[in-house]
Amino acid sequence: MPEATTPEDGDDGVRIDLISGARMEGLASMEKIRLILDSVRDGDIVVLEEGLSPEEESRLIEVTMTEISPDDFTGIEIETYPKPDSGGGSFLGRIMGKDETAKKLTVIGPANQIQTLHKDENLITALVSRK
Amino acid sequence: MGLLTNLRESISGLFSESEPKRIGIYGPPNAGKTTLANRIARDWTGDAVGPESHIPHETRRARRKENVEIERNGKTVTIDIVDTPGVTTKVDYKEFLDHDMEKNDAVKRSREATEGVAEAMHWLREDVEGVIYVLDSTTDPFTQVNTMLIGIIESQDLPVLIFANKTDLEESDVKRIADAFPQHETVPLSALEGENMDEVYAKIAEYFG
Ligand SMILES: Nc1nc2c(ncn2[C@@H]2O[C@H](COP(=O)(O)OP(=O)(O)O)[C@@H](O)[C@H]2O)c(=O)[nH]1
Ligand SMILES: [Mg+2]
Repeated sequence: MPEATTPEDGDDGVRIDLISGARMEGLASMEKIRLILDSVRDGDIVVLEEGLSPEEESRLIEVTMTEISPDDFTGIEIETYPKPDSGGGSFLGRIMGKDETAKKLTVIGPANQIQTLHKDENLITALVSRK
Repeated sequence: MGLLTNLRESISGLFSESEPKRIGIYGPPNAGKTTLANRIARDWTGDAVGPESHIPHETRRARRKENVEIERNGKTVTIDIVDTPGVTTKVDYKEFLDHDMEKNDAVKRSREATEGVAEAMHWLREDVEGVIYVLDSTTDPFTQVNTMLIGIIESQDLPVLIFANKTDLEESDVKRIADAFPQHETVPLSALEGENMDEVYAKIAEYFG
C-alpha cells in the first residue's frame, strides 16, 4: 500500500469525499468526472449524494480507461445504492418525472485499494459517518 | 467515419431497401460475445470476426463484420455486427501475468484493452443502433457493471436483446437473468454449441429489422 497519500487529518485511515447533490448540480459533466477521478487517483473514496446520469457514467468509464497506467492507476470500483429516504422507485417519484438513475447514492474508489466495494448500506453509512 | 465510408453508405442506401443497422455486442468479459459474433458471421457470411479465448480481453478493439444478411420468415435483415471488448471499470496488467505472459506483453495487452473499452463506450453513445447484451448464464447477473451498462443502453433509447449464453453448461440459470432484467427480452442460447440459434435469428430480425 503506498504511503504517499496521507489524509489531511493525519490519520492513516481512508479518506472519504462526500459530494453533495447541490455541489454537483453546478458542474458540467466533464467537471464532475474530473473531480471524481482526481480524488480517486489520490486514493480517496468518493461518495456522491446524487450519483451520475447514465451518460456521465459512460463517460466516466471512458475517461477512467484512458487514465489507467501500469503500476500507477488500475481503474475504479463503483457501486450505487438506492437512497432509503428519497422515495427512489416510488410511484410518486415516477409521476413527478424524476430521473431515478440520477438519485442514487454512488460510491467510487480506486480499484487497487478496494477489491470489492461490498453492497452493504450499513457499511457505507458507517464509513461516511466516520468523517 | 471517413468521407468514403459515408459516401459508400449513402450509395448502397440508394439500392438496398434499408441500410444495415449497426448492432453492438456488449457484455462482461468472457460472456461469449466473440463466440456469438463468429457464429452469426459464419452462419450468414462464411467467415469469422475474431479469435475467441478464455483469456480475458482477447478482444481488445471493437471488430466489425459488415453486411451480414440474416433471412427469417422470407424477410431479410442486414446488420453490421460490432464485437466489443468486455466493458469493465478496471484493468490491471498483472492479471495477464497469470496467463504466462511477459510483463511487456501484459502491459501492452492491458493498454490495448483500456483503449478498446474506451472505444466501446464511445461507440455506444455515438455509433450503434441496437445492442445485443450477452451474459454468461452460469454467473450472477447482478453486477454493478451490468446494471450500469444496461442503464446506459436504456438512456440511449436503443433496442436491446439480452442473450443468456452457455445454456449447454449444467449450472446455467436463464431465469436468474430474465428476473434481473424483466424490462427486456431474454433469449437463451449456447453460442458454442449452436443451441437455440433459430430463436436467436428470429429475435434479431424482429428487433433490429
Ligand atoms: N460452454 C460454453 N462455453 C462458451 C460458450 N460461448 C463461449 N464460451 C467460451 O467462453 C470463453 C469466452 O468466450 P469469448 O467468446 O472469447 O468471450 P468474450 O470475452 O465475451 O468475447 C471461451 O473459452 C469460449 O469458448 C457457450 O455457449 N458454452
Ligand atoms: Mg471477445
